[in-house]
Amino acid sequence: MTSATLRHAGWILRGNPLTAVAAAGVLLLTLVAIFGPSIVPYDPIVSDVPQALLPPSAAHLAGTDQLGRDVFSRLIVAARLDLAIAVSAVGISFAIGAVIGAVCGYAGGRLDRAVGRFVDVLMAFPLFVLAMAMVAALGNRVENIIIATAIINLPFYIRFARAEVNVRRNLGWVEAARACGDSHISVVLRFLLPNVLPAMAVQISLNLGWAILNAAGLSFIGLGVKPPTPEWGIMVAEGARFISTGKWWLVAFPGLALMLAVLCFNLLGDGVRDILDPRMRT
Amino acid sequence: MAAFGATVIRAGRRFLSSLPALFGVLVFTFLLMRVLPGDPAVFFASGPNAGKEEIEVIRKQMGLNKPVPEQLMLYLYDVGRGNLGRSMMTGQLVTKDLRERLPASLELTFTALLIALVSAVPLGVLAALKPGSVIDHGVRLFCALGVCVPTFVSGLLLIYVFYYLLGLAPDPTGRVDIFATLPPSRTGFLLIDFLIAGDIEGWWAAFRQLILPAVSMALFVVAPLARITRASMLVSLGSDFVRTARSVGLPWWRVVVTYALRNAILPVITIAGIVFSTMLGANVLVEKVFSWPGVASYALDALLSSDYAPVQGFVLLMASVFVIVNLLVDVLYGIADPRVTIG
Repeated sequence: MTSATLRHAGWILRGNPLTAVAAAGVLLLTLVAIFGPSIVPYDPIVSDVPQALLPPSAAHLAGTDQLGRDVFSRLIVAARLDLAIAVSAVGISFAIGAVIGAVCGYAGGRLDRAVGRFVDVLMAFPLFVLAMAMVAALGNRVENIIIATAIINLPFYIRFARAEVNVRRNLGWVEAARACGDSHISVVLRFLLPNVLPAMAVQISLNLGWAILNAAGLSFIGLGVKPPTPEWGIMVAEGARFISTGKWWLVAFPGLALMLAVLCFNLLGDGVRDILDPRMRT
Repeated sequence: MAAFGATVIRAGRRFLSSLPALFGVLVFTFLLMRVLPGDPAVFFASGPNAGKEEIEVIRKQMGLNKPVPEQLMLYLYDVGRGNLGRSMMTGQLVTKDLRERLPASLELTFTALLIALVSAVPLGVLAALKPGSVIDHGVRLFCALGVCVPTFVSGLLLIYVFYYLLGLAPDPTGRVDIFATLPPSRTGFLLIDFLIAGDIEGWWAAFRQLILPAVSMALFVVAPLARITRASMLVSLGSDFVRTARSVGLPWWRVVVTYALRNAILPVITIAGIVFSTMLGANVLVEKVFSWPGVASYALDALLSSDYAPVQGFVLLMASVFVIVNLLVDVLYGIADPRVTIG
């Protein structure tokens, strides 16, 4: 990053304080995910039945659930798992998708068409349904939630990287690298990929929010994470049984956690786009 | 008439080009279910302590002892004849189960899409008419929040407010009260069936059951629709033909609706197709929250009790519905913008 880019970023942040707030939110979320389990006031797993279903109070900020567990503590501890699922899914998807897409965009031809067909097939499914079926097929475990989420994100990265590399493949500096004797692999990995990475950062941030929603949705319907593990989606699922009797805090607080996490990633994504590409500003 | 013919040809060509994807979907679902853990023969056998020979016999009956490519051919043949296998849960043919439950899901999804469009387009237009105003910022905030709240959370909170707090909504389970008399099924869409039967009270009851799940599904997709409406309205309002229309003194609503909106609606149609895919996924969550007797909750129950055939059938059905909707979007696109078909 040059100092001009930094200055530009600073200028954007001043003009758009929301991005700064979102970045702070993401930072906070990360800190909670790292240190959360060691700072919570109550044990997130051990039940305390006499204290069951208490509304929010000073002792239990977000109330207690049907087994008397402190909802606030569970929310904090859950951040690590939710974030880990989203980050690893998007990471895998990005690493594989960017390379496949870049190679296709650079090489073109038969490989490009074959991959294009595969992406078309993936996109012909409603993606959440596809993820659901994949978790069922691979086995109902957390790792498979990550794999399924990674696979449904894959088409976006492949397409994006392919398009970005495709417009650059015949530019002067690429030809120069080739003329200097660089192999095709080296041109793709050392020159083209780094060149499209900044643009993909936006996609990553937006996708993280989407991946969190997706993973929470899967565990809400009973796939992946198993009780008593604290996870936002499954907390909502457990609280759902008590909503018709007015125990709103069991659903509202995990829902709020999900919403804030996704909101931060989305706003950050928009902000990063503004910094990288001033023309796209809305 | 020529335009109509062109549209038909275009639709046909689009359909042909979506066939490879559909074939891919078939192979994909087949492979997906082949790697599913557990042996279906064991489920079909009399019990957990069924003898080895018994399981072997069932494997043979189900064709599970044949090589995988041959099984794939058998599967394609079965799908071609409309045979998607039998559900172990209900003991019925999967096609029959799906056909019985599909109208419930479609009624919910289409109502939600309608609600989303009816609220998103005016919101987007209002925001575009006064960029930077309170309305514009309000719509923006609503959109930013809308995509962040998971459907299942908004559904549950709607239940809390409208059923528990206000008592306006009925018990949030199913399409009708269990004691209600159903109208003769003509379309499978309860709202239409009740209307045909002339049962206004029944219609109202069904409508009250439908509105909460439909709204919670719509909330999630209003944001992308409103956002794209706003963006394309801004472009459209800034163009020369709108300025001309204004300068010749046409009434403002005519300028906005007939000139600007008609031209701005194209990207909205495109996004509506994508949004529909999201909604088919959200269906699973909403049907679970509201115990809606649709295909998604059926597949979900099957999935959790390791009953393959319904899941396979469901995934296939969803992919086909999605392909058909995309085709429809394409045709609509051609009608809304004649340049597409002529060019």
